[in-house]
Amino acid sequence: MLIYGLINSAVLALMALGFNLTFGISGVANFSYGAIYVVAGFVAWGLMEKLHAPHLLADAATIGLAAVFGFYLYKLVLKRIRGLVISEVIATFAVSLVMLELLRYIGFIGFRYSLPVFIDGSVEIFDAFVDIQRLLIIGFGIVVLFALYVFTHYTKMGLAFRGIAQEEHTSLSLGINPDRIAAWSMGIGSGLGAFAAVVILPLGTITVDSGYDVLINALSVCIVGGLGSTFGVIVASFIIGYAQTLTATYISSHYTMIVSLVAILFILAVRPSGLLGRQKELEERV
Amino acid sequence: MSEAAAGNFRKERIARGIKARSDDIYALVSYKEMWYLLFPRLVPIVAVAVIALIVPLYWKKVVVTTCIFAMLAVSWDFLSSCGMLCLGQALFFGMGSFAAGGLNHYLHLPLWATIPAGTVLGGLVSTIILLPVIRLRGIYFAMVTLMLPLMLMRLIEATRILGGTEGLTGLSPFPSEWVEVVLVLAAMWCALFGLRRLIASDFGLIFVSIRDNDRATMACGINIYAKKAQALFIGSCIGAFCGAFMTHSYMFTGMPVFALEFSILPIAASAVGGIGTLAGPLMGAMILVPLSEVLREFGSLRIVFYGLILVVCVVALPEGIFHYLSRKYNEMERWVRID
Repeated sequence: MLIYGLINSAVLALMALGFNLTFGISGVANFSYGAIYVVAGFVAWGLMEKLHAPHLLADAATIGLAAVFGFYLYKLVLKRIRGLVISEVIATFAVSLVMLELLRYIGFIGFRYSLPVFIDGSVEIFDAFVDIQRLLIIGFGIVVLFALYVFTHYTKMGLAFRGIAQEEHTSLSLGINPDRIAAWSMGIGSGLGAFAAVVILPLGTITVDSGYDVLINALSVCIVGGLGSTFGVIVASFIIGYAQTLTATYISSHYTMIVSLVAILFILAVRPSGLLGRQKELEERV
Repeated sequence: MSEAAAGNFRKERIARGIKARSDDIYALVSYKEMWYLLFPRLVPIVAVAVIALIVPLYWKKVVVTTCIFAMLAVSWDFLSSCGMLCLGQALFFGMGSFAAGGLNHYLHLPLWATIPAGTVLGGLVSTIILLPVIRLRGIYFAMVTLMLPLMLMRLIEATRILGGTEGLTGLSPFPSEWVEVVLVLAAMWCALFGLRRLIASDFGLIFVSIRDNDRATMACGINIYAKKAQALFIGSCIGAFCGAFMTHSYMFTGMPVFALEFSILPIAASAVGGIGTLAGPLMGAMILVPLSEVLREFGSLRIVFYGLILVVCVVALPEGIFHYLSRKYNEMERWVRID
């Protein structure tokens, strides 16, 4: 159970990271994140099943496509309404609706839509059998975190990311184009969403409704952790992940979604800026 | 346009004389001014009433649905005028629906008691649920309100309270469809004009100031959280009324009342009609709901259409239809020479 809690936490962290990245950098809450996750799953499925692409190639292509999609979503739609919070939320949410409901209309429902695992088999840890895929999720979570850290601290573009997150006008005067960087952050955020999809989805089937679930999970982890704070996301995903696993084990799996809700309400009542939110965020959100 | 292109002229937009004359008490000087003011208000009321009463039975139901969504949209717009961006009108709708349905199903209260009770009870419960998050603003409030109805759906599924997945059926219906239509029309116009009057009053001014700058409002010594809670209660009561009304119209309440559609359509209507005008969202709903009825055969593709309309409207027509029409009605354009 300890292991499963850890895995659940890693899943949540992977789901939330992309959303968190986009929000933290450009301030755009990407409500189409869940839709990108699901569509990425179907794209990967299509590439593997229909075009017989090799597994890793299909995954890479999916992630690339999602990143390009996010990039152009920003360039074509969000750029025009940047800073108008209501319009941003409505537009991204509408995009997500279009994508998910279109998939539902075409009829991508059923058990045959599932991605193959990377490596089949399971190992025994502390008297519990765990699929290698689940262990890989933990591994990938750590790798992504590390890569993100290196990216934002040691590359030119990563530093530009942090620049516009901190002070957009100053970074503009230093020759950083906020719109371009924000588009990139949107692209990378969507790419991370697709990455989460190809890593996590092999555990189950791809369903349209999971798009909303992923969005909800990402939102709750981000709210509890403090939006825009990567470390907060990690801590929050551990808390919610273990809380969900405990609830599923001892009470009923129906209640797992309630856990996030209770966590959010509790956190907001006690610490409105989230677990590790900074003072600046406190001003923004309260 | 060719003149403008030559660079010697520009387009100027000024208020019509009659607009300026009828702005104040001077509207009473002649029938012309009074008619100018009454025309845009009276014509829709009469037109909707006539349409509602002459159409066949099936379309009467559509009229009821349209009015319900129009009210939801108006209440959404009211909340957004108070600085609360709500993505979960379904929460209010569902609460009102379950309150009315539960009272009717378990306590066998008659219809004229359950609808008012459901309205107040639903509004109260929604407000209490949202009290911890009332301090949040903008996008954070939007996130929580988006999640709440979806999670409540899970809660009902998990705990099997209030009928669980099957819902409560066999609730008492309206005595006749005439009562239903007249009631819903009256409620809709009351909601619209009541809220417009409220927003224009000193009390409503505080709501608008919270949206415009909550820090400054706080600095004026106003407890913005109490005010926000009041606004939330007003908005959610309207939403809960819609839920209670629909419950008796369909004689059913259950998990679908928390469906995403009740959250999305009001927002779509507001985006199409014009956010911040109250009348605009109503107009948007009047366009979108009958349109969706025509598109019914496409099934879930309807929501795709909504989404597309939303994106296009938000990006290309940010002001909405209502602003456009009111500009045409109140202002005139002319070319003036640039010196």
